[in-house]
Amino acid sequence: MDFNMPEDVEIMRTTIKKFVEKDLEPISQQVEEEARIPDEIVQKMRDLGLFGLAIPEKYGGLGLSTIAEIIVYEEITKTNACFRSRIGTSNGIGSIGIYYDGTEEQKKKYLPRVASGEWSAAFALSEPEAGSDAANIKTTAELDGDHWVLNGMKHFITNGDCAHLFTTLAVTGKKESGRSEITAFIIEKGMPGFSIGKKEKKMGLKGSETTQLLFDDCIIPKENVIGGDAMIGQGFKTAMRVLDKGRLTMGACALGASQKLLDMCVDYAKQRVQFGKPIGQFQMIQAMLADMATEIYAGRQMLYHAACMRDEGRKITREASMAKLFCTEMASRIADKAIQIHGGMGYMKELPVEMFYRDVRLYRIYEGTSEIQRMIIARDLLKD
Amino acid sequence: MNIIVCLKQVPDTEAQIKIAGDAKSIVTDDIKWVMNPYDEFGVEEALKTKEKFGGEVTVIGLGPKRVTETIRTALAMGADKGILICDDAADGSDSIAVAKALAAAIKGMEYDLIFTGQRGVDDDLGVVGASVAEFLDIPQLSLIEDVEFAEDGKSVKVKRPVEGEVLTIESSLPVLITTQKGLNEPRYASLPGIMKAKKKPLDQKTLSDLGLDASDFGEGARKLKIVELLSPPARSAGKIIEGESPQEKAAELARLLHEEAKLL
Repeated sequence: MDFNMPEDVEIMRTTIKKFVEKDLEPISQQVEEEARIPDEIVQKMRDLGLFGLAIPEKYGGLGLSTIAEIIVYEEITKTNACFRSRIGTSNGIGSIGIYYDGTEEQKKKYLPRVASGEWSAAFALSEPEAGSDAANIKTTAELDGDHWVLNGMKHFITNGDCAHLFTTLAVTGKKESGRSEITAFIIEKGMPGFSIGKKEKKMGLKGSETTQLLFDDCIIPKENVIGGDAMIGQGFKTAMRVLDKGRLTMGACALGASQKLLDMCVDYAKQRVQFGKPIGQFQMIQAMLADMATEIYAGRQMLYHAACMRDEGRKITREASMAKLFCTEMASRIADKAIQIHGGMGYMKELPVEMFYRDVRLYRIYEGTSEIQRMIIARDLLKD
Repeated sequence: MNIIVCLKQVPDTEAQIKIAGDAKSIVTDDIKWVMNPYDEFGVEEALKTKEKFGGEVTVIGLGPKRVTETIRTALAMGADKGILICDDAADGSDSIAVAKALAAAIKGMEYDLIFTGQRGVDDDLGVVGASVAEFLDIPQLSLIEDVEFAEDGKSVKVKRPVEGEVLTIESSLPVLITTQKGLNEPRYASLPGIMKAKKKPLDQKTLSDLGLDASDFGEGARKLKIVELLSPPARSAGKIIEGESPQEKAAELARLLHEEAKLL
């Protein structure tokens, strides 16, 4: 397979690279400390079209190919990860369920607002008892005349503070097997009985707010089931499709961060002098750099290959899980080596290496842990 | 107002430049090519002028096929049409020949204004702008950092920095303006702009399409020959001035600036 990128994708890469260097990188530290992306930067993201990447043109987005989207995410994660999180959560898991399974009316109502960046979106699945075992959610929704009444709570919700639109999963009944029947809902900020709970204190991704969501007899219109009445009880499938798509995105984020770390290490190895010569001349440093570069090369090939397969309309369940697993685990190994190469300086907050170390750790957990990815790959291998 | 911008594709300013084995050219294998930053000011100024007075912005470049990426970038920023003069016979042409080809492409068009960078950041010659104006027989305003049109859009007043002072020049149209840093802050090629640019016209022309004789172009026709490329000398170590007090250090610094550097 040939990875000579189309011209428009290369121009996008250049635009994002410039945006990162000129607008994002200079405020990365500030965003880390203030735990907030300045409004004018969010406006610049809107102007650049970053909130409509995968949303089709018909609904006001760009309708990018998977490979183009991957390149955008790869470049934008070469700085503070919270910038990508703000964009990716909104036009990725936060709204893509509506695009996949929503009614035409729902698509027309919500997607253009998300694509323009007027509204942000969030994906509300996780609960204290439902992480990898996503079907074990306890939040309930009961139909009462012309509306649904939701009760329960969600946690670890990215964009919780800034979203206007929440793709929310709740239990609407029980199957004969005893498992819960789950339905996906669209919840708008300000709906009665819906409130934002406490902000979570995290190890990394400090510039991205993660909150609890509280539903206390929350009343939402009957028509807010994603896909309408026909999709009542089908929400778990919607949730799984949403997470499927996100795997390549997560791989791309891990890849971008890894490349940035390698670039920083190469520069540092040339400049830092110990024992009278640059540390890049020591074989033990060279071995680390060579291993990092080799892993990145492998990860990039996997990711681009899976993205191109998806653009050709092929099924990529196994490949997407492999790319997510490899790239995210690679990013942790690379961040660890990057700190080692930078030594004491790598441990200090003056350099962003320790921030990357904390931020990339999350990629192995959210949107499907490494263990879940291995399970998916193994099941695909062993299926009859 | 119809505006033309002449573009050059140059190595990324961050690219590591290596001199090739022939000692007359550079290694281009791993180079990322970008729009000459001075030409970017030209595109931005053209778009701002169009937003105010209406009209059309056409971008023209010369070079191999890869230059379409630079032209497409200008289209993504908001230009309307692109022309690439692409001909193997033009490879290795000097600045005068390039200007001749650009002028030939522009000659048949209706235009009020031409913008181009004051120089390319690769060869740093600064010849093309003036030469294009000369071939077209129109006035040329060089190294401009401020452009202001009369309300009726029929004349232009520009500012050029001169030794700490500012020279204000007025000209009728059409005119060619070469852009200097500080003129504006070029916009990004936004993602929606990039998608739109895919559908904008980008014509390719050969030298014979422009009625030009191929023997006037290329390496053989160069009036300016590159004899040798050399890397800049390695920087020598700096000097740390010793002294007991700030006063003592300042006195020593003044002495060195006067006696050694001969700057004072």
